[in-house]
Parts: sequence; C-alpha cells; structure tokens
Amino acid sequence: MAGIISIGAYVPIYRLNRDEIGRMWGGRSLGGTKAVAGYDEDTVTMAVAAALDCLKRGGEVEGLFLATTTAPYKEKLSSAIVASAADLKEGCHVADFTDSLRSGSAAFKAALDAVAAGSAKKVMIAAADTRIGAAKGALEQALGDGAAALTVGAEKVIAEIEGSYSIYNDFTDIWRSEEDRFPRSAEGRFIDEVGYLPTMQSVINGLLKKCRLNLGDFAKVVYYAADARQHAALARRLKFEKSQVQDPLYNDIGNTGSAAVFLMLAAALEKAKPGDRILFVGYGDGADAFILRTTDEIRKFQRRPVISHQLAGKINISYGQYLTWRGLVPVEASTLPERSPISLQSRWRERKAIYALYGAKCKKCGAPQISQIGQAPRVCVNCQAKDQFEPYKFSDKKAILFTYSVDQLMPTLNPPGVSGVIDFEGGGRLICELTDCDVDKLKVGIPLEMTFRKMFDSRGIHNYFWKAKPVID
Amino acid sequence: MESIKDKVAIVGMGCTRFGERWDKGVEDLIVEAAYEAFEDAGIEPKDIQAAWIGTVFSGISAITLSPLQLQYIPMTRVENMCATGSEALRAATYAVAAGVVDIALAVGVEKLKDSGATGLKGPSVVGDNQDASSGIGPGYSAPASFAYLATRYFHDYNIKPEEGKRLLAQIAVKNHHNGSLNPKAHFQNELTIDQVVNAPIIAWPLGLYDCCGVSDGAAVAVVTRADMAEKFRPDPIYIKAMQITVGARQGAMRQDYDFVHIEENILGSRQAYASAGVKDPRKEISIAEVHDCFSIHEMIVYEDLGFSKRGRARGDIEAGTFTLKGELPVNTDGGLKCFGHPLGASGLRMMYEVYKQLQGKAGPRQVKNPRLGLTHNLGGNAGTGVCSCNIVGNEK
Repeated sequence: MAGIISIGAYVPIYRLNRDEIGRMWGGRSLGGTKAVAGYDEDTVTMAVAAALDCLKRGGEVEGLFLATTTAPYKEKLSSAIVASAADLKEGCHVADFTDSLRSGSAAFKAALDAVAAGSAKKVMIAAADTRIGAAKGALEQALGDGAAALTVGAEKVIAEIEGSYSIYNDFTDIWRSEEDRFPRSAEGRFIDEVGYLPTMQSVINGLLKKCRLNLGDFAKVVYYAADARQHAALARRLKFEKSQVQDPLYNDIGNTGSAAVFLMLAAALEKAKPGDRILFVGYGDGADAFILRTTDEIRKFQRRPVISHQLAGKINISYGQYLTWRGLVPVEASTLPERSPISLQSRWRERKAIYALYGAKCKKCGAPQISQIGQAPRVCVNCQAKDQFEPYKFSDKKAILFTYSVDQLMPTLNPPGVSGVIDFEGGGRLICELTDCDVDKLKVGIPLEMTFRKMFDSRGIHNYFWKAKPVID
Repeated sequence: MESIKDKVAIVGMGCTRFGERWDKGVEDLIVEAAYEAFEDAGIEPKDIQAAWIGTVFSGISAITLSPLQLQYIPMTRVENMCATGSEALRAATYAVAAGVVDIALAVGVEKLKDSGATGLKGPSVVGDNQDASSGIGPGYSAPASFAYLATRYFHDYNIKPEEGKRLLAQIAVKNHHNGSLNPKAHFQNELTIDQVVNAPIIAWPLGLYDCCGVSDGAAVAVVTRADMAEKFRPDPIYIKAMQITVGARQGAMRQDYDFVHIEENILGSRQAYASAGVKDPRKEISIAEVHDCFSIHEMIVYEDLGFSKRGRARGDIEAGTFTLKGELPVNTDGGLKCFGHPLGASGLRMMYEVYKQLQGKAGPRQVKNPRLGLTHNLGGNAGTGVCSCNIVGNEK
C-alpha cells in the first residue's frame, strides 16, 4: 500500500520575536516567535534543504512535486531548480503545484495516486513558503518561513495511507492577486463560520464516513489553520481530545503556508507509535483529508529528529533586519562597484557546478578539485594531467574553515559579509561566502556544511549557488 | 636562455602626483607623466620608436596613448592586474633587448576615481571572465581576500588579533611617515599606531589604514640600449632583472597552500635574484618598493622576498629594519598605502622612486649609497596572483 517513506524538514535558524513587532507598531503581540528565512533564502533554497534532508532518509526518487504560493518566478519551473540542486536524475518527473495553500496536500494526493497507479515507485513532494504579511497586520506576526519534504512510495513505508477524501469550495478567505505583494484576508468571523470550520468539518466527516472510522480511532489529528486561534476553534468545534491535537508549531515558527501542515506531520511522526492512526488535513478553497497509519518502520525513522531540533531558533533578528531581508524598506545601495550581470550562457555551461556543486576528481592523481570560477577543470591543478577527470560532487561533503574574513564592504543585506577558504573532507578547496554565522563564533578550523542559497539577483534572474555554513549541533 | 641583466637602461622617468585628480582626465595624466619623462631623458616625442601602455580599466588598446600624438609607431596596450605598469616596462625592455628598437616608452595610467564607486570593479573571482560571469564567485571585497592572510598568519604564529593589529599598524605608520615626505603622494600625513589600530574595520582583522589608497595617476619610463644609455644621461639606471610569475589558482583550489605566504612572490623574486646575480637580498638590495596593497601583504612580502626569515618578519618590523633609516628601507615613497594605487601606474611609480633613489635624487627620503633597487607587484590575491619582480642598479 502506498504511503510515506521519508520526511524531511527545514526551518531557517532566524527568529523574530513577535513582541518586537508588537512594540514596533505599539500594538498587540501574538507572543512567541516566527521563523524568518535568511536574507539569502527563499522558497526554492528552503525546499532544497528539506528535499536533501528527505532524500538522506528515503533515497532516490522518480518524481518531485514542489508546492508553494511563493515561487520565485511567475514563469519558470521552480521544481526543476530544486531537482537540479538535489541532483535528481534527468528522467525525474517534476512539477510545480502553486497558487494555493492546499498546493501541498494536492501534490501529496497526486504523488500517492502516481505511486498507486504504478507510474512512479517513489515521488517526493517539497512544500515551502515565504509569505509576507503587510506591516502592522495580523498576518505579519502569524506567518513564518519553512519547508518540508516527503517521499511517497510503496515499500518500507513509515505510514500507510488508508484513505483520502477531498472537497472543493471556492471560498474567498485569503487571496493575493497578480498585483498584491501581501495576502489579503476577509473578516475573521466570516471566514470561520462560513468557510474554514464547515469546510474542515465536511471533509473530515466525509472521510470518516468513507472509511467507516470515528474520531476516537485517531492517535493524532494534524490539520492546517490560519493561526493558533483558528486551530483551537476547530478542535473545539469537532471536539478533538486535547491529546489528539498536534501542536501547529505556530508559537515557535509561525504559519509556514504550504509547508505548515507537513511540518506538523513531521512533528507528529517523530512521536508516533507503530500502528497509530493519524488524521491529516490540508486546507485552501476546500480541503484534502488523509488517514495515515504508522508501521513498524517508524521506529527506524525516529532515530534522527526531523523537526524538533529545528523548532528553537539559533539567531534572533531585529525587526529592521526582517524588513531589509524581505525588501520591505529600500536600503542604501552599496558604494562598491556593481557586480557585472550574470551570463546565462556561462551559467548554462557551469550548471553542474552551480546546482549540485560538482567539481571533478583527477583519475590520475585522485585529487578532487573545484574551480572557483565553476567550470569543471580540464587540466589537473595537482598533476597537470589533461582531461582525466570524473565528476565529483562537493555539495554533500563536510568541510572545515581554513581562513576567513568578516567583510564590512561586501554588499549584503545582512552585514558584515563573511567569506572564507574552505577545505573539504576528502580533498578540494573552495573560496566562498559563509552564511548563517554568528560572527563572534567564527574560528579557523570550525566544521562547515554546504547550503544552497541565493547569491544576488541579476536582471530578474535569481542567482543561486552554494555557501558554507557552520555546523550547529 | 640569457639574462636580461644590463642589456637595457632607463634613461628618463616621469610620474604625476597621485591622488584624487578630479580636474584631470586619463589624457592629462598621460601627458603630464610622459613629458616629465621626455624632459628627463632629454628626448622629443618623435624619438620614441615603440610604446606600451598599461592600464586595467582606463582605456582599451594603445589608442589610449593618442593624447601624446606619437606618429604611427608600433604601440600596444598591456594588462596584468596590479602588475600592469611593470608589464608595460617589461614589454618595452624586451623590445629594446631584442634589438628591434633603440628607444621605447612604457606608460602606466589609471583613473580609478572616475568610476564613482569606492573600491575596484572587476570579477569577484580573479581570472573570471567579467563579461560572461556565472555569478557564483563570493561577493567579497579585495580587503577580505587579503584579510585571509592575516587571519591565517595570526593563527599559525599564535599572534593574538590585538597584537597582530599593532604589528601591522607599524607598517602603515612607516609608510605614512615616508609619504609625508613625498609631495607626489596621495596621502601626506603621519599616523600613530593608535590611530591605525582604532580605525574602522574594513575586513576583519584589517582596518582602514591597513588598506591602500584608491587613486588616479600615471607614470612613464623611457628605456634604451644599455650601451647607448650614457648618451642620454650620466646616471642611467640599468635593468638587472624583469620577472613575471603567474599562478594558476593553485592556492584557491589546493589544500596544501597555507595562506601565510604567496608562492608567486617567492618564485618570482628567486628568479629575479638569479637574473640579477643577487645572493643575499637582505644585504644586497638597497631599497625595495613592494606591493603593500594591504599591510599584511607587505609583512608577508618581507618573508617571501627573503628580506626576513620565514615567520620572523615580526622581529624585523619591531627592529625598524624597513624604515627609511633601517637596514633595508621598504616603500620609501609611501608605498601603495600613501602614494596611492592607480593599478596600471603603480609598477612604474615604484620604479620612479627606485630610479630617483639610485640617482640620489630622492630628497628628504634619500637612502644612503643605494646600489640595487627592487620593485614588486602582486596582482590578484592570496591563492592566485601575478607577481612582478624587477631589479635595477646604478652600475653596469
């Protein structure tokens, strides 16, 4: 039976305290913190991080569906970028599910159907969002950034899907038009009473009826809501037991949009016992409800945490940092000369280096190497043998910081910029930017790992590449 | 393979005042420096048989030399990052040595202040194709790429950052003192150690005064055959070595590079010493103009060029070895730090100082009885560079 094989999660390390937002506007604070994507992160980079985490546990896939309401391009396939960075094989079927908070559960359903129909053995979905609420509004505090990935397959599943049921309901509770930067929202009571609560009630009742189950048959109920208040309102309306309700994580990280319900599911699976039934519901202009039943495989999966270790942030940021990172206030341009526009031709030639950080390993002397310029070398930097190379991936290698500088001049939205010389385990050196650093903790010799980030924008092109970040235990 | 030693002589030089030359264009700077050199050599522009111009950003092709109105002679633009000026001199020298021309001109010019930006433009990765950048190089500044050396030097030699900063500050203080004696220098003010140490950080651990000036300027040399040199002047300066040594990004790609030396500096200087017949540079070199783009690099150059033993530059700095009155005065004209660093002009500006010193015409900066002078540039940065190392003398 088709089910979940693996799940991965990524929550940025930055937290913005909601009290700080409240203070800023002299208003109310919802309390807690929201996770904020780094200045160099977006939906795609977070999806890559979650996908890589998921692949580590679940292995190679034949399909990748990306679910988001905040794709970096209006016209260009984001899932193809994620697949490239995750180094999925060319024959992988990729697609974007967009424009709805339900894009995640829609992608999940499509992945389950693909596996059930036998068109793919394993399909991964990655859900990520970086929605921005307008300043001073409730959404500004409620929304957070994050990503989750989940692999669907038929073998070694950690949770089988016993049934699913979907309804649609064209209901305008939250929306963004072509011109809107921020989501707009209808009046709260109207949303609850006419939209959210009856829709959820209807899809859950429909599923229970279809599968001949009662609410009492579920160890956990995992479901989307716009915020903690609405989440609690549904629990009351449907009389869920307190122990059944999965914490939506909104207090720690906020509502992460398409990713939210999957991050909750990851948290539920971390604690589930074999044989537990989980009711899982995605919402948005209708709802998708699923019945999951964990298997004995869940124990193996639980050896490493997925989300619990990421709930607490590592670096608190100011409201000012948040505003500049998201481009909500214009900031003074750097006085350094502008970087030259990137060349699409050059990027295309160097795509293997750019997307999965491929260098080469000399077949004659065995030296792994990557040119800072990106092209795979033709002549070995070590033994000067010509064209004796095999591809060698650096993105999954650990590294140490050989030397570095904290750079006040580097144009960055999070000054000071940090760059350094990094030496990879197994050989090879790269001079690159560092990110997610506490500059006071930088030292020669600290362990690093690679992370896919956005370097800068050039003529409407998001220039993604790899940076190094300190390994945080 | 023959050495270049004593085949070619410099018989005239010119150098503009460096600095923020808002009221002068590239063409003004070229004319200003070139006519000083013509006059110094006692020649007319029509006597020039071939010319090379070095500039990184301030012109494309030798047509950049058109303000001089040289009439239909062979001319070429050369570029080799911070070694560009030295590269122009090398080309002129080799042409004369080859016997194909008797009088050649080397011009170096840069007008950095017209870009309207602070710092240098160019690809973020040394050697990258600027017009076809894949955009994946780090967006770091030039100071950061040299700060790597300081971070690592302090680490390897167990120097606390505060101590290290005071150590490097002595280099800035020395160069500012020398610059204060030089009316052509961009900066002509003295500094104290505390001023240097307390200046704003640019790229940790380097602060403002660890970084050289970004300037406008031009410098020019007239070279001729050594056997003809005394027809032009009684005190020609003879070329003993003219070395360019270029890395292939080894240090940026190989883990065996230590970031406390620059391989190009070591190999380039050794080849220059061999050409000039120098056995003990610390004793034999009377004055050196080295590439102090950042204070840490001047310190590392002391070791790379054999002025100090490996890891021992600190003791020599503290002993005042490289001050005007020291055992081996370095950057007597203020260096890149104070004279300024208009990229294409710098190599020839260094030669201008050495030339004047060897002729005994360096005024308040004059060192005693110099015999051999050295100029050194490093284009690029730690990990990959273009090193030029030239040695000249006042005796054949």
